[in-house]
Amino acid sequence: MSINQPNAPFVGTIEKSPKISLIGTLAMLVEAPGEFDLVQQGRIWALADAVSAWPNVQEAVIGVTNVMLVFEQPPADIGMLNASIVELWHRVPSREADGKLIEIPVVYGGELGFDLPAVAKRASLSERDVIRIHSEGEYTVCAVASSPGFGYLHGLDPRIHMPRKSVPSLNMRAGSVTIGGMQTGVAVLTSPNGWNSIGWASVAMFDPKSEQPSLMLPGDRVKFRIDRIEL
Amino acid sequence: MIEILASPAFNTIQDLGRHGARRFGVSTSGAMDPVALAAGNALLGNDDGAAGIEIQTFPFRLRFAAGTAFALTGADQESTLAGSTVRPWWCAWANAGDILTIAAPRRGARVYATFGGGIDVPRVLGSRSTHLRGGFGGLEGRTLQAGDVVPIGSVPRSTNGRFDFGVAPPDVAIAGVAPADARVLRIRVMRAGEYDLFSEAMQAKFWSTQWKISARSDRGGYRLTGGKLTLDAPVEMRSHGVVAGVVQVPPAGEPIIQMSDANTAGGYPKMAAVIQADLWRLGQAAPGSLIAFSEVSYENAVAAMAPVNDYLAKLRATADLYRAL
Repeated sequence: MSINQPNAPFVGTIEKSPKISLIGTLAMLVEAPGEFDLVQQGRIWALADAVSAWPNVQEAVIGVTNVMLVFEQPPADIGMLNASIVELWHRVPSREADGKLIEIPVVYGGELGFDLPAVAKRASLSERDVIRIHSEGEYTVCAVASSPGFGYLHGLDPRIHMPRKSVPSLNMRAGSVTIGGMQTGVAVLTSPNGWNSIGWASVAMFDPKSEQPSLMLPGDRVKFRIDRIEL
Repeated sequence: MIEILASPAFNTIQDLGRHGARRFGVSTSGAMDPVALAAGNALLGNDDGAAGIEIQTFPFRLRFAAGTAFALTGADQESTLAGSTVRPWWCAWANAGDILTIAAPRRGARVYATFGGGIDVPRVLGSRSTHLRGGFGGLEGRTLQAGDVVPIGSVPRSTNGRFDFGVAPPDVAIAGVAPADARVLRIRVMRAGEYDLFSEAMQAKFWSTQWKISARSDRGGYRLTGGKLTLDAPVEMRSHGVVAGVVQVPPAGEPIIQMSDANTAGGYPKMAAVIQADLWRLGQAAPGSLIAFSEVSYENAVAAMAPVNDYLAKLRATADLYRAL
């Protein structure tokens, strides 16, 4: 951003710092200031990459425009650690969504995409339009969290946003392609799930036996391809 | 090897947890009372992090297929080995064919059975802990059931020796942790990220309430009842990482403490976080029991771990000495 921008004359000189808070003695949450956007998310990725190499950091757990540092031991000097993180935040360039491209073939609709009619109805679109819009999008993996290998995907077209259910579906199958609010994702476990299933993919999202167990990683891009449509 | 003869439900193989895989969405799992697990291992000369069985439903029975040293730590219970009483916080030698029966605890929630050599199931992502939701770790990623055969690791020569001694449990041995009012377990916490968003009245309520651990509590988290903590203006949180011990307040106002099997991510306002030195005590608090929170500073929270670490170090040194006698 330029300081010549009339609406933001002081940007650059008073850019806000992240909010830093402790969760006990072994974890610290760093939250980016401002609204969600991919630039801030990219700075979080970059910050996480950098702090992962710091001594005493067991891991950096990326969330949605935030990162939680988990420590091996309680840090000796919290004040200094705070200052180092703030300094790094202002210095580190935002990382692009430069990960791999993951293409996921989807069987849309049918028995496992049982919420497709409800999504279409709410969006005042045909089921085929919902499928077209969903499969034409390109999504970014913001974070992997919640379930093993579950990617929080950004980039869902607002026309097919769909609120989560108040009563979760009891046994949603692993591989279900779902919409929850403004996000889409692929269910990794067969379990109760409040998101709306519009299809199914037979892609292995998580392999606990692998050193790199999660197919999706922050910064990856995802495209859903129509494998088959069952209406 | 041991064979499980009776295991009602929710009993699993656990070690000190799966660390470093939260970034893949993998919760840590691990013993709810890590001090008891580490103590049992120390009695036997195992590494602190060897896997044992976390028993939270009773009666639990197993049969030893071969002569094996074992220890029972954690909740205060009455057990028998081949008909003779085994005291809590004690290690003993079982002969091939002996049956160990563990009855429901008099006090506390979880008993840890540890074995010389440790339970030898494969490590998954660095840990033998059972990850129930993911279906991996432990024995095929599931709870134990009658008929299961559980492999025990071989014992290095140096940890052989005499087994028939015990130690004082940590709630007795660690001075100063016993609550003044034994009916209510005092849990020390630090403030967390959204504490200041709550009004002074709500903050005061948080500290003064005697919270009841509801029946809808498990290894994933403890739901507390006894009061409602509400915000004047709702706050929208983005999904972020959390660790065991975090006290979150959902919109309905009844706090939830995340425990060993908690999701890696949370999105509710965080009131506080239980300090590491008290998490094991919370792990022994049964549904229906009462807890109250006291505030400590970061410095005091760090310092509070010293007596716990000292306890475990002394226990190990004493056990090494006894076995060598």
